[in-house]
Amino acid sequence: MGAASVSGEHAGIGERADADGHAISLTGDWTLDTVGSAADMLAKAYLPQGGVLVIDGASIGRLDTAGAWVVEKARRQFVASGVTVRFEGFPPSARTLLAAVEPLAEKPLPVPAKELPLKWLLSRVGQETAELVVDAVAILAMLGEVIVSFAGMLTFRRRMRWPALFSHVGRTSMQAVPIIGLMSFLIGMIISQQGGFYLHTYGADVLVVDLVGVLTCREIGVLLTAIMVAGRSGSAFTAEIGSMKMREEIDAMSVLGLSPVDVLVLPRLTALAIALPILTLVADLSAMAGAWVVALFYIGIPTDVFIERLHVSLTVTQVMIGFTKAPFMAAIIGLVACSEGMKVKGSAESLGEHTTASVVKAIFMVVVTDGVFAIAFATLGI
Amino acid sequence: MSDPAAQQAGNGRDAVISARGLQVGFGGKFILDGLDIDVWRGEILGVVGGSGTGKSVLLRTIIGLNHRQGGTVALFGQDIDAASQQERVQIGRRLGVLFQQGALFSSLTVLENVAVPMREHLHLPSELVDELARLKIELAGLPSDACGKYPSELSGGMIKRASLARALALDPDVVFLDEPTAGLDPIGAAEFDQLILKLRETLGLTVFMVTHDLDSLVEITDRIAVLGNKKVLVDGTFKELKSVDHPWVDAYFNGPRAEHLILK
Repeated sequence: MGAASVSGEHAGIGERADADGHAISLTGDWTLDTVGSAADMLAKAYLPQGGVLVIDGASIGRLDTAGAWVVEKARRQFVASGVTVRFEGFPPSARTLLAAVEPLAEKPLPVPAKELPLKWLLSRVGQETAELVVDAVAILAMLGEVIVSFAGMLTFRRRMRWPALFSHVGRTSMQAVPIIGLMSFLIGMIISQQGGFYLHTYGADVLVVDLVGVLTCREIGVLLTAIMVAGRSGSAFTAEIGSMKMREEIDAMSVLGLSPVDVLVLPRLTALAIALPILTLVADLSAMAGAWVVALFYIGIPTDVFIERLHVSLTVTQVMIGFTKAPFMAAIIGLVACSEGMKVKGSAESLGEHTTASVVKAIFMVVVTDGVFAIAFATLGI
Repeated sequence: MSDPAAQQAGNGRDAVISARGLQVGFGGKFILDGLDIDVWRGEILGVVGGSGTGKSVLLRTIIGLNHRQGGTVALFGQDIDAASQQERVQIGRRLGVLFQQGALFSSLTVLENVAVPMREHLHLPSELVDELARLKIELAGLPSDACGKYPSELSGGMIKRASLARALALDPDVVFLDEPTAGLDPIGAAEFDQLILKLRETLGLTVFMVTHDLDSLVEITDRIAVLGNKKVLVDGTFKELKSVDHPWVDAYFNGPRAEHLILK
């Protein structure tokens, strides 16, 4: 087989009546390229009425496994309807192929039972709810392990992986400075321009400085930074740990007596806890710079007025509120990213799924945390 | 050796693969330089060589995954460089490859993996594709309940078989096997050897096999090509290579591990 070109002569069928029954002769090539239509043709060629059917392969061209399967399938159909089938005239190679195909695919594959839509819906809701609990437990467990690991490190019973820590600090903070700076600069400009536009109608242009100062330092700066970091570093952490998990590197670590939490999670989490306040500072300053540019050239507030106004409105407390939130958000991003990474299973699809989940969950949790802090500070009257 | 007809490989047979003066290198250093090799229709060719002699590079170059610096590759008598895009696709369909690690698509089940090439290249009814995929899976010696499993749920031997089934999906004329029995237990490896022999017989395959498994070499290859010095040092049957006067070849075919092999 295989000597002729790939797209050969079409599969064909000739019929004749024999003395002792009916005969079908196969002509042309019976290969993957030609059998698409031949399957039906063969099944309809002979309406079974019992007796003997001869399938004659003397004038067949090429035959491959696909062709052999189609012939075999037709044979099974005929046999099932009470016909005795005989193969005749096939060349030896075709005979071996037909014989090889004969015992295969005997029983139909089990078809997964279809569920009722309502049952499917209920079971999905149940599964997702249960998963939520499992997720929460996983994150809490990870938090516990990190605390144990951190405490061990503080008491010198466990080692901090300094090179890993520094490399992660570099990757999560230094490399993120340009994008965070640029983004915050633009956000500062937008808030300032929008605020200035509306405050102008009240003749209170100068209050735009209060607006930008308090809003960015207290809320927006840290929130946007955390969202950016969740997208940038959280996804990277999940992908790194997930692919290590896929290739059994995590298992190898455990067997070698290394705790994956010590080696992988703690340095990343600590790095985020260091990086996020730094990036928040960058974001606050950039946003203020953006606001200053718009205030000066668009609204017309002179620089000395801008600084004086900022001095009055923006208290240290406001800034500290923003910074207080940063380590908490860092912990959330790190914990979600690492626990999602640990949940990755064997397939590439699973890696993608968990990386997506990591970013989505981290951003959602960060926003919720920000809300909780807002309520808490309001209750405390700060 | 197991098939007397195939022993006359080369005498008046046509070459399905014919490479001349292959030059392949990375970073300015040639791994293969001036290599000539022929694979005759219907034979099982074993390719051996020390680590880093470019066995896998040769395989990847022939199937077009590596860039060549020089030389020609002709598949089925057709020069690859002269072939049009369409012709290359047609030629590619006649080649099946079993990668060393299986390279199954991890997000698809075994059945879907095997069906991929058929769905991609042919317009067949979906039902027929599934049946044919299942046929190939069983032909490769997997139980039918493996069809619905994902690659991560399979053992090493099953991955090799599933990957072989995918390589056979389009009924290729030539299959390339990159260390097919590496990592299999002796029983599994012997079964895999027999499977390849059986498939060669029923499907009329030509097999290009990179391997280090001495048992496989003795058991199923018709001819062995030894790579070294960036080209094919020597080729011949296992018996012939035992008497070749070259330090590496001698150490390989007469070493302690080859000593107790019983030649047929």
